[in-house]
Amino acid sequence: MISRTAPTPDLVQAALAGRRFRLVDSLLAGGLLLSLFSSLLVLITLLADTLRTAAPVFADRGLVFVTAPLSADPAKAGVLQGIQGSLALTLFVMLIGFPLGVSAAIYLEEYATDGGFTRFITANVRNLAGVPSVVYGILGLALFVNLAGGLTNGRTIVSGGLTLTVLVLPIMIITTSEALRSVPATVREASYGVGATKWETIRHHVLPIALPTILTGTVLTVARAFGESAPLLLAGALVTNFFQPSADASVVQLITDERYTALPLVVFNWARQPQEEFVQLTAAAVVVLLVLLVSVNATTILLRDRFEMKSLR
Amino acid sequence: MISRMPAQQLSVPVEGQVGTAPNEDEGILVARDLTVHYGSFPAIKDVSMAVQPNQITALIGPSGCGKSTMLRCFNRMNDLIDSAKVTGGLTYHGVDLYGPGVDPVQVRRHIGMVFQKPNPFPKSIYANIAFGAKIAGIRSGLDELVEESLTKAALWDEVKDKLHESANALSGGQQQRLCIARAIATSPDVVLMDEPASALDPIATLRIEELMTELKQEYTIIVVTHNMQQAARVSDRTAFFNVSISEDGHRTGRLVEFDDTTTIFTNPREKSTEDYITGRFG
Amino acid sequence: MGVGKLLMDPLLIDLRGDRGRQRRETLVRRTFLAAAVFSVAISVAIVVSLFGEAGAFLNKIDVSQFIANGWFPRRGRFQVMALVAHSAIITGVAISVAVPLGIGSAIYLSEYARSGTRRLLKPTLEILAGVPSVVLGVFALNFITPQLVKRLFSTAETSNLLAAGLGVGILIVPLVASISEDAMRAVPDSLRQAAYGLGAKPWHVSLRVVVPAALSGIVAAIILAISRAIGETMVVALAAGNAGILSVNPLEGGITLTGAIAALAIGSDQVAGDNAAFQSLFFVGLLLFVMTFGLNIVSERFVRRYRQRY
Ligand SMILES: Nc1ncnc2c1ncn2[C@@H]1O[C@H](COP(=O)(O)OP(=O)(O)OP(=O)(O)O)[C@@H](O)[C@H]1O
Ligand SMILES: [Mg+2]
Repeated sequence: MISRTAPTPDLVQAALAGRRFRLVDSLLAGGLLLSLFSSLLVLITLLADTLRTAAPVFADRGLVFVTAPLSADPAKAGVLQGIQGSLALTLFVMLIGFPLGVSAAIYLEEYATDGGFTRFITANVRNLAGVPSVVYGILGLALFVNLAGGLTNGRTIVSGGLTLTVLVLPIMIITTSEALRSVPATVREASYGVGATKWETIRHHVLPIALPTILTGTVLTVARAFGESAPLLLAGALVTNFFQPSADASVVQLITDERYTALPLVVFNWARQPQEEFVQLTAAAVVVLLVLLVSVNATTILLRDRFEMKSLR
Repeated sequence: MISRMPAQQLSVPVEGQVGTAPNEDEGILVARDLTVHYGSFPAIKDVSMAVQPNQITALIGPSGCGKSTMLRCFNRMNDLIDSAKVTGGLTYHGVDLYGPGVDPVQVRRHIGMVFQKPNPFPKSIYANIAFGAKIAGIRSGLDELVEESLTKAALWDEVKDKLHESANALSGGQQQRLCIARAIATSPDVVLMDEPASALDPIATLRIEELMTELKQEYTIIVVTHNMQQAARVSDRTAFFNVSISEDGHRTGRLVEFDDTTTIFTNPREKSTEDYITGRFG
Repeated sequence: MGVGKLLMDPLLIDLRGDRGRQRRETLVRRTFLAAAVFSVAISVAIVVSLFGEAGAFLNKIDVSQFIANGWFPRRGRFQVMALVAHSAIITGVAISVAVPLGIGSAIYLSEYARSGTRRLLKPTLEILAGVPSVVLGVFALNFITPQLVKRLFSTAETSNLLAAGLGVGILIVPLVASISEDAMRAVPDSLRQAAYGLGAKPWHVSLRVVVPAALSGIVAAIILAISRAIGETMVVALAAGNAGILSVNPLEGGITLTGAIAALAIGSDQVAGDNAAFQSLFFVGLLLFVMTFGLNIVSERFVRRYRQRY
């Protein structure tokens, strides 16, 4: 406390210095930092434990594990069909979900006038994004596997791909909308000012500026689809150790006729096997899944950077 | 501050006092009782004025009196604002600009626009100029068009060696001249400018003003400005807008006086015009 | 009169614009509109597909079963209450892990971290958010259960609700953290300056000023996290087991709402068609949908509240 009597420099300095060590502040900061570090700790533990468990598989069998087909024999089992299925499913999401999501977002941000209809669609999209993924699986089962089974041929990769596409669509729309909203209005004005139509303005100016952000959102979305498994359980993916596409099937047949699975479901299936050997195999499959996930991210980031350079020109 | 003044002082009786200047019915652009609502409130009300070809017409008035709103009526930029509604008449060479079948996009090719803040596209200088022509389907002679437009905008010498570099690297004044070049590249008839020099330093401002004087040989120019000297220096005719505040606090702009610039600045008819140009408010 | 003038006036003809361009414009607009409307079609499809079969299920079985006799759909026993109880326990565990950790991380990132620390630690949460749930399921089953739960509680079963809850908790930490952090960053700096100006200490500012100001955002984060925890499937399907007997002991296993759907789906080759077991899948799905939908709407309310405030 500063006293009423004439303060000496010493007194003032002492008053301003306060306590050197503030217990409450330090404790709180430490505790908060600890909560943040616990996430890091979990992540490191998860990776370390997975790698440690998986190491013998890769040491014994190397990359054969990646190229070998599924099998009930732990010594032979590989993840080939899982990788094939996951890549094909991702392709579905990118080829259908991306254009559909971007189109819907363009409509909502650039065309729709701010009325009840627009607000309804926007609220609807937000709510869809919060629906649990397994519920999308039920939709996939009812709609793509059963109802439209004539077109999708039932439990095929088409059904799975469409289910995942529908699942990621709301997220795609939301991230694209945000990207479009961040494009300054002055750019649009400038374009209209020289007599461009709405679509010309969007195509030549708005989209090129928003594209890097849109693609960043797409990375996350595609990665999410890649790791998704619950909806596929319902949309007809197999959870089994025995299946082998016929060797002479064409690509079209592979997609429309054959049964399929995905890498996360291989993990799921192996994790449920009683034999001890499958614990290691499960970890190894997780490693492959994580490596591919990182690659999906990296590819899309590379793609984004290329677009970024292009739009500068 | 205008908002602190009693409404009485600001709301000027306008009926029958506007447009006593010659040829009020004739001109390249003629507004008749033009009113613009944003939502249910009028931002400008009953504006009648005629813009003469190859002249510079200045719109002046306190902030919020609707100068930009008026300007944006001329090339239907207000169509882009959902809540804006334009009523009354506006003709361009005798054709009703808001008539059925008139395409706002096409209007903007005849009546170009330059904005307050320089807003070049984040592309090359060349691409900025060529864009208007490209979307109009013009594929040949683009090089000539770029050179011609930049020359007219007094920018060619400064940028001719870096046409394919980003327009964002130019200075503010250069960017604004680029925007002018971009506007005239679509060979419009009228160029609208909304405070084109307000974001620029005095030297760059002077260059824009010189440029406007040169351009009026070929184009009709309507310019919004807050700078009295600028209006006095460059414009042939000046329109003074003022704002009145209704009881529920809504501001509505009206055209108070529209006359030759010399008359407005030396011998205004209205007291509020005189107050404004002598800097007594606004 | 009109026609003559139209033909005469080249300006008017020009101002009508290019027909082809206008047609293209309309076409593009309609395409985008169709894409936007498609999202509504998805919602309708979800609701229709759930309600149809769920209704058939309710017609077929005796609703009094919902509260007794366990969940054994293949034997015609549908104790939905067991599913709900197990889901609630797992959600409770998950939330008590994720809320302190998530909000603690958010306060640190928003109020304490310098940009360097931030750049180092924020990606941790982002990576964690990107880990597929099946991977966390394996982690819960093969690490959390043997290394943590069983060491602490020797009576714990191999499948247990506690491990599943911890796994789900880890999964939703990033969600809680990122929404809470957004809310705290939306608190205007002037509020902090004002508090410091009054001589407040850092802990005072973060806990007594920023957190209360961001409260509605934090509440939204918690509600959304609850919704996410209820809907999480793979962790639960792997770590919580398939026991259909109602159990409120977190050290025992138990099947949840999502777990029941997954279990029915895996065996659905046998139970397809219009038997009650297959249809119960839709009923449970509907229950899940209604619960999460309600929670999401409530959380949306809270988000809107803090958006409005600042
Ligand atoms: N997009 C809009 N939506 C709603 N109201 C608007 C919009 N644009 C302008 N207004 C309102 O219309 C009135 C006139 O605005 P305007 O921009 O035309 O004024 P101004 O004279 O150009 O002002 P300044 O000199 O500040 O540029 C103002 O009260 C403004 O708030
Ligand atoms: Mg203005």
